[in-house]
Amino acid sequence: MSLNRQDVEKIARLARLSITEAEMPVYVTSLSSIVDFVAELSRVATDRVEPMAHPLEGQHQRVRADVVTETDQHEKYQANAARVQAGLYVVPRVIE
Amino acid sequence: MSAKESNWEVVIGLEIHAQLATRSKIFSGSPTAYGAPPNTQANLVDLAYPGVLPVLNGEALRMAVKFGLAIGAAIAPRSVFARKNYFYPDLPKGYQISQYEHPVVGKGSIGILLDDGAVKTVGITRAHLEEDAGKSLHEGLANASGIDLNRAGTPLLEIVSEPDMRSAKEAVAYMKKIHTLVRYLEICDGNMQEGSFRCDANVSVRPGGAVKFGTRAEIKNLNSFRFVEKAIQYEVARQIDLIESGGKVVQETRLYDSDKNETRSMRSKEEANDYRYFPDPDLLPVQVDEAFIASVRTTLPELPDEKAARFARDFGLSAYDAGVLCASREMSVYYETLVTALGVPHAKLAANIVMGELSGALNRDNLDIGASRVSPEALAGLMMRIVDGTISGKMAKDVFESMWSGGGTADAIIEAQGLRQITDTGAIEAVIDSVIAANPKQLADYRSGKDNLFRFFAGQVMKATGGKANPTQLNELLKAKLAGGGSG
Amino acid sequence: MYHTLSIGELARRLAAKEISSVALTQHFLARIQRLNPSLNAVITLTAERALEAARAADRRLEAGERGRLLGIPLIHKDIFCTEGVRTSCGSRMLDNFISPYDATIVTKLKAAGTVMLGKSNMDEFAMGSSNETSYYGPVKNPWDITKVPGGSSGGSSAASAARLAPFTTGTDTGGSIRQPAALTGVTGVKPTYGRVSRYGMIAFASSLDQAGVLARSAQDAAAVLEVMAGFDPKDSTSVDAPVPDYPTLLEAPLKGLKIGLLREFFEGLESRNAALIRDALKVYTAMGAETLEVSLPHLPLSVPTYYVVAPAECSSNLSRFDGVRFGYRCDQPKDLMDLYERSRGEGFGPEVKRRIMTGTYVLSAGYFDAYYLKAQKVRRLITDDFRAAFEKVDLLIGPTTPTPAFAIGAKVDDPVTMYLNDIYTIGANLAGLPGISAPCGFVDGLPVGMQLIGPHFSEARLLSAAHHYQQSTDWHLKTPGGYE
Repeated sequence: MSLNRQDVEKIARLARLSITEAEMPVYVTSLSSIVDFVAELSRVATDRVEPMAHPLEGQHQRVRADVVTETDQHEKYQANAARVQAGLYVVPRVIE
Repeated sequence: MSAKESNWEVVIGLEIHAQLATRSKIFSGSPTAYGAPPNTQANLVDLAYPGVLPVLNGEALRMAVKFGLAIGAAIAPRSVFARKNYFYPDLPKGYQISQYEHPVVGKGSIGILLDDGAVKTVGITRAHLEEDAGKSLHEGLANASGIDLNRAGTPLLEIVSEPDMRSAKEAVAYMKKIHTLVRYLEICDGNMQEGSFRCDANVSVRPGGAVKFGTRAEIKNLNSFRFVEKAIQYEVARQIDLIESGGKVVQETRLYDSDKNETRSMRSKEEANDYRYFPDPDLLPVQVDEAFIASVRTTLPELPDEKAARFARDFGLSAYDAGVLCASREMSVYYETLVTALGVPHAKLAANIVMGELSGALNRDNLDIGASRVSPEALAGLMMRIVDGTISGKMAKDVFESMWSGGGTADAIIEAQGLRQITDTGAIEAVIDSVIAANPKQLADYRSGKDNLFRFFAGQVMKATGGKANPTQLNELLKAKLAGGGSG
Repeated sequence: MYHTLSIGELARRLAAKEISSVALTQHFLARIQRLNPSLNAVITLTAERALEAARAADRRLEAGERGRLLGIPLIHKDIFCTEGVRTSCGSRMLDNFISPYDATIVTKLKAAGTVMLGKSNMDEFAMGSSNETSYYGPVKNPWDITKVPGGSSGGSSAASAARLAPFTTGTDTGGSIRQPAALTGVTGVKPTYGRVSRYGMIAFASSLDQAGVLARSAQDAAAVLEVMAGFDPKDSTSVDAPVPDYPTLLEAPLKGLKIGLLREFFEGLESRNAALIRDALKVYTAMGAETLEVSLPHLPLSVPTYYVVAPAECSSNLSRFDGVRFGYRCDQPKDLMDLYERSRGEGFGPEVKRRIMTGTYVLSAGYFDAYYLKAQKVRRLITDDFRAAFEKVDLLIGPTTPTPAFAIGAKVDDPVTMYLNDIYTIGANLAGLPGISAPCGFVDGLPVGMQLIGPHFSEARLLSAAHHYQQSTDWHLKTPGGYE
């Protein structure tokens, strides 16, 4: 198998995903199988081929004018938040 | 520098984050004004709501190109925004939009003035555009933090220097130069208290003469020139001590504690972050063509170095004085207006007053030169009266203070307070006579050799004239009278 | 019966005041009430809003206004943000999310006077090919409720097939409009990348996602696409090009059209499916089209390429779901790490987590060059193959899927088997090309779709080609039993 449990734990930590003990072997198997599957790409010759980030060739980034277009709607936006206090989004203590 | 430290070479590189002075954010139309109540300047895009997308603020791009031109750097015809992926509550998308392999500004350089008057060229590796994160606040929240995303999405220009600096002083000189430059260019207000201009320092040491760089530590978020200097000094000593006692410098991020004057390792960045940079698929490559660059070039002001050189040359100032007067564009404009009103022959006098009295008053009242209570024209008026002898230099200081606190022209104050210098020989002699007559013992003592009593007489005469006697004339006449002729 | 009429016919009757939008809306709402429970296609019903919108449409009609979609009901895939209405993206993560804004296509369709009946079920975060990964349970194929409708726009395709609305909206990242359209016998259109705004469409893979339509005919789809398409300044990847009047271009003559038969499409294709595609081709040659065999040699690599690029982009796009500002938040997080890990671990389903982890892996230090960068290079090779093919032909034809609808639960164990379902559709997403799936027959009573792919911005020609086919055949008019 191309990935082991440690690999999966490391990836899960980077991605901030909790994986239960029961789930772990399933993920190890399925992720390994996916990685094996996509490894086929390594057999393709791609010297001097430019990577393609966008399907729109020849298009470049538009710019917008530097004007303020937004008004304060924080009450509306914060209606979806689980914990808000004094207008701040509350999370467990952030340690610097 | 201690004997220990002189065996070591210090290598410093600075990463400066300058908040660009646009009205709206880099990828959204939210306002960027400082100090608004929490989350009142964060819209759906800034909050990373599902489905939202970024669109680039053209002014941020202009400002970046302007900076690049000012440091003589190549401007990339094609630059790419990349995602820097990491999780932190002040980073709502879970990634920061930045530039990685293809920054908009390439290699450039800037000259810094060293203490000995020499100019050192410091290389700038690159400068790129990115978005700022929000802020975490901890007061009043037990075991929790409050996140304010007003700042999230504010445009930043990250300026990366080459590791060319060799001392804390050089680092500060570089930082000050960049600070001056971004304000000259009007791309950043340089307000360090408000976080518009922040600096990270990469510090390492190596044995003198070594070619390889030592392991560096990064000190983050230094927001004053003084802290940059002290933090670097502390860190250098720490690294040297560590190595000399057999230890190894760890590549890590450290914070400077200004209360304790020490740097310490940051706890939360546990594992080396794997940022998984990749080109942001929501943004297309940024194209900058010659026409655009040319149009930005026409907006470049006279740069600080050019202006300082011109002042030194045309006004006969030392490189140091010219540098001080050009440290801010407003100051240089003030000074030049003053010299224009006063005349080039008096440029040095003007420099002394601007760097002396005027700067003193501004610092005391915590004002920028733009808020000076005395205009350059009014100051020119005052200086004219010194030049033409109407008042003495000493008297001028008082007149200046009156102008500063109460306004008005120099002439009006001189008139109103009757401050004209007394230059009439006869008048001065009359006062001298009466002072000598009133102090026979001191006269006798002086004539028998107590030369230091001259000061006593001079002081008495000056006092009797209400401080208005022309000092030069007073001294000449008093000397003559005390020497001989006239015994009261 | 209103649900058997085309959009054009409905619009004609609305304009002639033979029916009202309110009556039409009530008709479809009643159908949903009756027929949806067996399908699970619609997960949020917005009856009150629908009637309000219908009344507003009737007022506009009354005032003499006319429009192809004025008063026409629709169902939106639950991936489009709809203001004031839950937008779940098929996930527990957004089960409690009431969107504060409308996606651009929602705004456009509203402005055209459409009536939103509700939001349709979908694979969670658009990741899936069978609509089995939804937090709200699987969707059933109206042709056989033991079979999948396809995915990720499974709810939309089932709803269109069961005539729960005149049309539905969907999104297509690797085939998620075309594949379910094929499995449920409706016409699905994925436009050129950048043709339709992505603003307000919850992002899966940003360089692949496109919004589109599932309707009963190319003619209906053309009317909808004309409204949905167009430049949006809020989307940097939106293309500023005029939108052709697709409906009027449907009748453009087909004669001389060069159709490419993709060799790689037919390799290994089940013979009955292949036979149906060849039959479709005969219809085209009878109408005056020429056919040529073309080859896209790198096309077989499109699935592994996709399964590097799409997870990479989605792993980053889904980082914003952290329980802080909206969405699912775990109970009593003990610290910040716990907040993130459990909110995301509990809020996301297994397929989503798999793709996030795959994406995180292929972008991570040490693997980036071998996987992500490599995949982007192969992407270019595939795109170049298409470009070369389009120098010889006007459009490509092939099957949409390797097989008809498979049984619910048949492929849940191995992700890779599921991924291979997208083998015919993914290429178009990688190259940003427009594609249509149109019904072309049945195998064992289940619909089969044929796929047409064209060069960038060739939607008019694709729609016209599909339309001409639909004027010579009636596969698209068939309705599943029990839904007539």
